[in-house]
Amino acid sequence: MRARQPLRDFATNQPLGATALAFLTIFLLLAIFAERIAPYDPVEVDFAAMLSGPTREHWFGTDAFGRDILSRVIYGARTALGIGILASGIGCALGSIIGVASAYFGGKTDLIVQRFVDMLLAFPIVVLALVVAASLGRMPVLGIDLNLVVAIAIPIIPKVARVVRSAALGVRAMAYIDAARTAGFSHVRIVLRHMLPNVMGPILVLATAYVAQAILLEAALSFLGLGVAEPTPAWGLMLAGNATDFYREAPWVVIFPGLAVTLVVLAFNTLGDALRDYLDPKLGI
Amino acid sequence: MLGFLARRLLLAIPTLLGVAVITFLILRVLPGDIVEVKLRADGGAVTQEMVQKERVRLGLDKPVIAQFGDWMKGLATFDLGNSMWTGRPVTEEIGIRLALSAQLAVMATIVALVLAVPLGTLSALARGTWIDGAIRLLTMAGLAVPSFWLGMLIIMGLLAVNAMPPLVFRPFFDDPWSNLKQLFWPALAIGYRYAAVVARMIRSSIIDVMGEDYIRTARAKGLPEGKVVGRHGLRNAMLPSITVIGLEFAFLFGGLAVTEQVFNLNGIGKLFVQAVTQRDFVLIQTIVMMSAVIFVVVNLIVDLLYAALDPRLRVR
Amino acid sequence: MTAPLLDVRDLHVEFRTKRGSVKAVDGLSYQVRPGEIVALVGESGCGKSVSSLALMGLLTKPAGRITKGEILFEGVDLARLPEHEMRKRRGRDIAMIFQEPMTSLNPVLPIGLQLAEPLLQHRGATVAEARRRSAELLAMVGMTDPERRLDQYPHQLSGGMRQRVMIAMGLACDPKLLIADEPTTALDVTIQAQILELLTSLSRQLNLAVILITHNLGVVARYADRVNVMYAARQVEGGTAERIFANPRHPYTRGLLAAVPRLDRPRNAALATIDGAPPNLANPPQGCRFGPRCAHRTETCETDPVLAEVEPDHLARCWHVDAMSNDQEPAPPASVRSGPQREPILTANGLSRHYAVKNGGVFSRRHGIVRAVESVSFDIMAGETLGLVGESGSGKSTIGRLLAGLEEPTAGHFSIALGDQADATARRRAVQVIFQDPTTALNPRMLVGEIIAEPIRVHRLAIGKIAIDARVASLLTSVGLRADMVERYPHELSGGQRQRVGIARALALEPRFIVCDEAVSALDVSIQGQIVNLLEALQRELGLTYLFIAHDLAVVRHIADRVAVLYLGRLMELGPRDAVFANPSHPYTRALLDAVPVPDPVAERARGTRTLKGEIPSPLKPPAGCVFHTRCPIAKEACKQSIPPLRETAPGRFVACLEA
Repeated sequence: MRARQPLRDFATNQPLGATALAFLTIFLLLAIFAERIAPYDPVEVDFAAMLSGPTREHWFGTDAFGRDILSRVIYGARTALGIGILASGIGCALGSIIGVASAYFGGKTDLIVQRFVDMLLAFPIVVLALVVAASLGRMPVLGIDLNLVVAIAIPIIPKVARVVRSAALGVRAMAYIDAARTAGFSHVRIVLRHMLPNVMGPILVLATAYVAQAILLEAALSFLGLGVAEPTPAWGLMLAGNATDFYREAPWVVIFPGLAVTLVVLAFNTLGDALRDYLDPKLGI
Repeated sequence: MLGFLARRLLLAIPTLLGVAVITFLILRVLPGDIVEVKLRADGGAVTQEMVQKERVRLGLDKPVIAQFGDWMKGLATFDLGNSMWTGRPVTEEIGIRLALSAQLAVMATIVALVLAVPLGTLSALARGTWIDGAIRLLTMAGLAVPSFWLGMLIIMGLLAVNAMPPLVFRPFFDDPWSNLKQLFWPALAIGYRYAAVVARMIRSSIIDVMGEDYIRTARAKGLPEGKVVGRHGLRNAMLPSITVIGLEFAFLFGGLAVTEQVFNLNGIGKLFVQAVTQRDFVLIQTIVMMSAVIFVVVNLIVDLLYAALDPRLRVR
Repeated sequence: MTAPLLDVRDLHVEFRTKRGSVKAVDGLSYQVRPGEIVALVGESGCGKSVSSLALMGLLTKPAGRITKGEILFEGVDLARLPEHEMRKRRGRDIAMIFQEPMTSLNPVLPIGLQLAEPLLQHRGATVAEARRRSAELLAMVGMTDPERRLDQYPHQLSGGMRQRVMIAMGLACDPKLLIADEPTTALDVTIQAQILELLTSLSRQLNLAVILITHNLGVVARYADRVNVMYAARQVEGGTAERIFANPRHPYTRGLLAAVPRLDRPRNAALATIDGAPPNLANPPQGCRFGPRCAHRTETCETDPVLAEVEPDHLARCWHVDAMSNDQEPAPPASVRSGPQREPILTANGLSRHYAVKNGGVFSRRHGIVRAVESVSFDIMAGETLGLVGESGSGKSTIGRLLAGLEEPTAGHFSIALGDQADATARRRAVQVIFQDPTTALNPRMLVGEIIAEPIRVHRLAIGKIAIDARVASLLTSVGLRADMVERYPHELSGGQRQRVGIARALALEPRFIVCDEAVSALDVSIQGQIVNLLEALQRELGLTYLFIAHDLAVVRHIADRVAVLYLGRLMELGPRDAVFANPSHPYTRALLDAVPVPDPVAERARGTRTLKGEIPSPLKPPAGCVFHTRCPIAKEACKQSIPPLRETAPGRFVACLEA
């Protein structure tokens, strides 16, 4: 079903989801306009203000190098959202194409694709991402490490492929696909025009949920020292290294970046749930 | 039954082989190997000669196919090779850390199930009430909190009340109290997310099942709601949840990798992160294969449980 | 007259939804006496099922609730009974069986346990007693080997068997009232007859009152003592079956009876229809609910009519009951169609389609072959309609899919005569399909205009926006839709309108041959007639040839020129319609025709019972020899040995039976 005013309809149906969307929009704006919004340069070292607690000058305090944590959290949003959205986008796009094609063509194609997907699914996400990230090295483009994006996107592909395939199998069984085939349409037309739009719902839901996963994964990799490299501000990285030395003295060093990850991930998950409930009220869970 | 087991194990071989190939390709095709990392770490000038000598020693000068062949031969004869970094057999490196990680995984699972089963069920049955709302918030948070950050918060809390867990690992059978005191908190940090995933699954499958026609039939018989839920609802709802419990268990490794780091526990997770940082190919390969084997075994157990619970899947 | 067991008085049920509240039942009154079978009839969404769930106290909470009225059961008002009191009566005094036997039993519990539950609950029986009684119950509903059945699981039983188990479960505690909600809608017609015969005989034997909820007027005429007709949440007519069928006084009832194609009457040129579609209950029309579709509407109808007695034992809710004369408006008899051209447009030769299937469980890897279609040969003449009938598993839809090119035959071939210059695309275009379920037949993400324009654009049947738009508009007009429908999405249309769009899309490619795959089966009776008439009109206008696949024999008799009867993938009989229906040669055809109830209680009672025994065998393991021999009343030893060939018994009549 397609609503004529999707955004308004969504907001009235899923107020919680709409709130999450609004919250994420704010974060996205922070990320885009970080230069104008952040009070300090995120990499500027200020030994005079080392480990300052939250004050009027530094709302979230400063870290061991005197860098302003608020500014680093704002710039960190750029890293997190950039990598998260890109990785989820790439993973979901590839996964969806594989899933839909596998379902449409069926037979041998399907069997081979499924075996390959099964194989990739046998890797724990973090393990796969860690290995890929470590092997690829770094390739920063516009401040975002593209190799890291690839490392995070790869484990997403098989998971999306599997879910999209089963959704696409449902669509495949619909009579309008048979109708398209009897009308003599090409495979490309049937897949793109008739199947893909009808699995867009699940794909959208997955894409949202996997942005959350990707952000969590980026944070974990950065925390382990295999993700974003210093001095780029990233939430996971802010928690790594010597952040743990100051548990007692400077808890703000730990609290704010972690809170940022949690809230953004929570918002993406909430949005994903709301989208699912909105797009498929049957699953209203 | 035995035939089924044998067949399933045979079927697992191509999967495991595929995992091996993929891992190997990712590791060997890409630039940078242990020799450079290791020699640089030692400091001092690195000559081309030294690099070459070390490569030969580790077998990295052979063609990739030959290296893969060596590894496969080793796997088949249970000779998994030596760590490229320490030179000790990988089985030994893993062996000394296995007890801790295995115990942590089991404890995390227990924590998860103890939390998830009652919360998920309650949430489904109280659907739409404030209880459901509160539980959903708790589970949503569980999905959102990075487990390493949760670990850090726990440590901060423990520090604040001066209750830091012991730092040295004592096997459970040597000193159970110290052992549990040390591992409970990391198990909680890992288990919270696990619990959240499982509780959500239980909630949604109970809600699904309660909408089925046979639930209406059970009500039409005049059964009290307790029996309707207990006898007709839960058993059917368990099926999808078992899959999730199994899958998440197989993937606990990710949680271990970060949490062991935070709590400074010398387990497999930490070993793996170290191996990755140092490009210790042999160790990485072995641990990845280990996790793939766990995945295969867990899947098998899940299928057996399924068949036990669902007569449709049994032999006729 | 005995006192009523159940007395429903002015029942109102409301559902609260996000978009406001819907009155699903808006004034329903009827009585049920012990031993009586009372039917609730109406089309989908009329409130018949909801009203019976309300009786059981099984409305989905908290959305659904009884807002007004009384449900007096043995003098106690069930509408106001607290849940724990109601629960004591459910399964003990009142039992219910449901439409979907496949999903109404718990798949992971053995039959025995599910049967025993009401006994353990209400009778305090011991496990051993309950088991003994359960076995008795299974024997009572006609199941063989009841002891062994107790340990089986639902998936090991066929649909008909499961419905028997449901009935046994309902009867466990000797209830006084059994509510059967569309108990046979999901079943094949020969199985339907078995189940309904069982229900009636049990009702007589046990003096059990039955509320039979159905949309099938034939079933009502055959089995019900009293009838209540519902339309748009309201009861529009009620009374004894004889009175209502003999002299319906509400225009909706009259329309319904006229719209059903019937096996017991001469075939008419066109089916009578009711215009329009039932109203949306969230926003019902003022006054008489049927007003907008009624031919007798006057200004009086703007005020609500009341349910009033028109004669003893006969109520109707209409201001114009007296205008409803008893004489049926004489429908024009079927004109003899200008004989279809006698040259085949399609010739199928030894068509077979087999599927390899994986058989069941985690532990097994047995594979089987389903022979969905097994060497079937026939011709279809240009301009005619060939009806293809059969029960589930007969392979009728598979044949349609083969001819439409949606599947490849495993063996055999068919050819379409299109003239010499026809290329592959022309062949493709020449055969189109109209599908069963109009909700899944249209891409929900496309506008109606796009759906119809797409084939035109892809095959370049018109060039340029103006030409394409004009073509789409003319197609919409030809299927009876307004041209401004192009701006709508499928979900904004009614079921009948969607089916018309599906027809327009098929016509867009200017086909010669159309496969109508259960094209009217998913539609309500009042809409079904409209679509059948449309198909016939289009055939006359455009000279189309139809393969009309259906399980409803009466519809096939109405529309088809010749009929082919399939059973388990094999052709049993093929011949001209009138000959086959008047004088079936194959015992299976005869049994099928006998199993169909006709909407006339007098005729039905005179007919007696002749149900076909047994179940349809699994297509995985079809019987050797004649596939029908396991159920055939005249099977001989020879039928188990050899497969009967299709013989021509009279010009144009073919039968595959050794005894015919």
